Amino acid sequence: MRHLSTVAWLLFLVSVPLWLRSPYFLHVLIITGIFTIAAMSLNLLLGYTGQLSLGHVAFFGIGAYTSALMSLGFDVSVTESWKLVVAPKPVAISLAVAIVVSAFFGWLIGRLSFKVRGAYFVIVSVSFAEVVRLVALNWVALTQGPMALNNIPPVTLWLPVLGVYRFLAKTSNYYLMLAVAVISYVVIARLVRSRAGRAMIALRENEALATSVGVDVTRYLVLATVVSAAIAGTAGALYAHYVRIVDPDIFLFIYTVTMVIMVVTGGKGTLAGPIVGGLIFGIVPEVLRVVAGPEVQWIIYGALMILIVYFLPKGIVPALGNAWQGWRDARRASIDALASAPAARDGGA
Amino acid sequence: MDEAAASGVELRVTGLSIRFDGLVAVENMSFEVRNGEVLSLIGPNGAGKTSAFNAITGFLRASSGEITYRGRRLNGLKPHQIAKMGLVRTFQKTSVFDGRSVLDNVLIGLHLQSRQTPAAIMLGLPSVKREERALEAAARDILRFVGLDARPRELGSALPYGEQRLLEVAVALAASPKLLLLDEPVSGMNPAEKADFMKTLARIRARDVTVLLVEHDMRTVMGVSDRVIVLNQGRIIADGPPADIQRNPDVIRAYLGERYARAHG
Amino acid sequence: MILGGTYALLGIGLTLIFGIMRVVNFTHGELYAFGAYMMFMWVMRLHVNFFVALPLAVGLGVALGALIEIVLLRRLQGADIDTTMLVMIGAWIAMQNAEQLAWSGVAQSIKMPFPSQPLVLGPVSIGWERLFVFVVALALIGLTYYLIDRTRLGKAMRATFQDRETSMLMGIDVKRINTATFALGSGLAAAAGALLGPVFVVQPDMGDLASLKAFAIVILGGLGNITGATIGGFILAFMEEAGAGYISSGFRDGMGFLLIIVILIFKPTGLFARKERIG
Repeated sequence: MRHLSTVAWLLFLVSVPLWLRSPYFLHVLIITGIFTIAAMSLNLLLGYTGQLSLGHVAFFGIGAYTSALMSLGFDVSVTESWKLVVAPKPVAISLAVAIVVSAFFGWLIGRLSFKVRGAYFVIVSVSFAEVVRLVALNWVALTQGPMALNNIPPVTLWLPVLGVYRFLAKTSNYYLMLAVAVISYVVIARLVRSRAGRAMIALRENEALATSVGVDVTRYLVLATVVSAAIAGTAGALYAHYVRIVDPDIFLFIYTVTMVIMVVTGGKGTLAGPIVGGLIFGIVPEVLRVVAGPEVQWIIYGALMILIVYFLPKGIVPALGNAWQGWRDARRASIDALASAPAARDGGA
Repeated sequence: MDEAAASGVELRVTGLSIRFDGLVAVENMSFEVRNGEVLSLIGPNGAGKTSAFNAITGFLRASSGEITYRGRRLNGLKPHQIAKMGLVRTFQKTSVFDGRSVLDNVLIGLHLQSRQTPAAIMLGLPSVKREERALEAAARDILRFVGLDARPRELGSALPYGEQRLLEVAVALAASPKLLLLDEPVSGMNPAEKADFMKTLARIRARDVTVLLVEHDMRTVMGVSDRVIVLNQGRIIADGPPADIQRNPDVIRAYLGERYARAHG
Repeated sequence: MILGGTYALLGIGLTLIFGIMRVVNFTHGELYAFGAYMMFMWVMRLHVNFFVALPLAVGLGVALGALIEIVLLRRLQGADIDTTMLVMIGAWIAMQNAEQLAWSGVAQSIKMPFPSQPLVLGPVSIGWERLFVFVVALALIGLTYYLIDRTRLGKAMRATFQDRETSMLMGIDVKRINTATFALGSGLAAAAGALLGPVFVVQPDMGDLASLKAFAIVILGGLGNITGATIGGFILAFMEEAGAGYISSGFRDGMGFLLIIVILIFKPTGLFARKERIG
């Protein structure tokens, strides 16, 4: 049953560019998809491992900048006498480097998060993202600062049948995003359903008990952050090569908030949660754009977040799951009632 | 490494002292746990029993003294490292993974039994699936062993109190302990549950697991223990078989006070 | 130096809220902005006297803080930290955008009723505004000290910080203390905004950096440690000046964050942290 609905969804998603007329809306879907990938990665950290990481956009942005810089080439004076010169690299290599660099920062944060707990870690993660943003803004020699990195080349990969293919058009980027989303989902799902996932959940639920049966807390915290950062970095790199322009605003706290909203309203700690949240908070703004200005939109999100936290504290997906379960139980009860009724009638005749 | 085989001593605690902020929880405690025995640590509240447990299993740092397991030093090791060596503990306050099912709880306990690496997991190698199936079978075996196999999908938090405590033991057993440390395992249980527990403990013994027990319930202690150590105010005041302990005047004095001791000799 | 004083106000406000209520208060910066916007509204739009508008702005800040606590936080008693955090984020978003709607995103300035000629004391010349801000900030810090140290309310707040459960058993109405704490902390943030707004400019996102700096100060000074927060405020102001000089002026704001990260790596519970029992 589970596999059938997943396949159906996938087929539906694959078919979208075939019937969607508006290129603008396809663009919206691509951006939504990219943010949803980032939200899924945040879910691994926030939802499953229980780490209050509010600096997630840092990994996204680091991925974007790394890939952009590698593919554009850069030179920067590291010290008075030594200049680091990197020639432009093919996009495929840039992507790989971006993933590794994001994973590295994830590793740093992972090690830090073990020492610094709870609310303090929230502050550290936010500060980290802000520092990265300020570095991007001020280290103009490397990042062009507010003038942004322009003309980033599109993703160019060797594909079977098509040969060397440039992902320039919206449709091709849509499929690229979808492919990355599916791979990310599969990787996260496999982790979560395994011993590693159980260890992460265990240390969220009851850390002392987890260590008493041999779960190495640091190891799994770091694993969660590394994987999470790598996936977020991939999403960032995708973004860079699709939009083809990257500026320090990509590190704004508001984007972390967007991802957090997606995860929490969708349902943290569930696989489908960030997807549902991502779709809602990616598409609804576009719908609202027609009727309300940006400030009003954000006020609505703020209010929506508060309401969902009060009324559906576990998020939409678990709430739907409970409702579905309730409906099935009610149906079973009424079927049982019906099944017993005819016997009574026949007995009378 | 196998000092255990040679001398029969599993755990050796020497000169253990634990001090917090000027308060002395444990003072110069020395004792041994022998291979295959059930040793109980008893004493009035605040005698230092749980502190000793915490120090042995790495949840607390000893102020001085040495703790060795089969010849290997435990001081300073982290709890998960100590668990890997075969010492698994339960907690005084009922500790299960509330939001997870009974089966999941035990699966988490089986963490150390598994060899799946993160890379293999993410790549989806077939060996991972095979191991998962084996783990699930092992988990069900353990649940059968403690008598909790009826409702594996039930949430940990939904179980009645007595079954939660059984689940605790199941989770600890899943970690394949050679030395099992139980912290007040029967507290809050009714007599029937306590009797069941004693039977489970007997079966655990039969599997060659050494048990160190902290308990207040005298009947349980006297019923299951090979040896009893009595603590009072952080010091050991008696060490011997249950029958001797019951008659020991220092023990009676510690528990029931000076006047009772003098009245009953 | 005026920054030091006002930063201290921000920090004290948050350390009280964070310390006593354990809430990651993302609205703190918004109260700061609110204070500034209130000054803007009363002085520039409604032409109220500057010295009357100031206490009015602070008072309104206290009221708004109490309102937020009662409406939003009360029902979250005992919820986990991420839930409260999310509600605070939602409130922060709503507040900032409401401010933007009401007064537009353009930076505004507030006129201060001081002579533009600086006061000259020997070799030092101080602008009147800066002197005023500094003095008022110090006065407010002193007032807060008095409140926490000498009054019954302050004693109750300290007791709740030390041990919530025992305080409840001793008859302290923790709900009231929460409201009072949040109101007081918010009032201090509003005061900081009301004082600094006229000196610099007023714009809707001024609260964001303020929030983060307040957190930096709390970590510097240790949770619930008012003296630490005061000292922390001055340290941060000093480090920002130093950072602006040595690294780059654009990075001035980043000093706070660097400080946080560095401190927490070495002392995970803050620089002057009082002994906190965990668990």
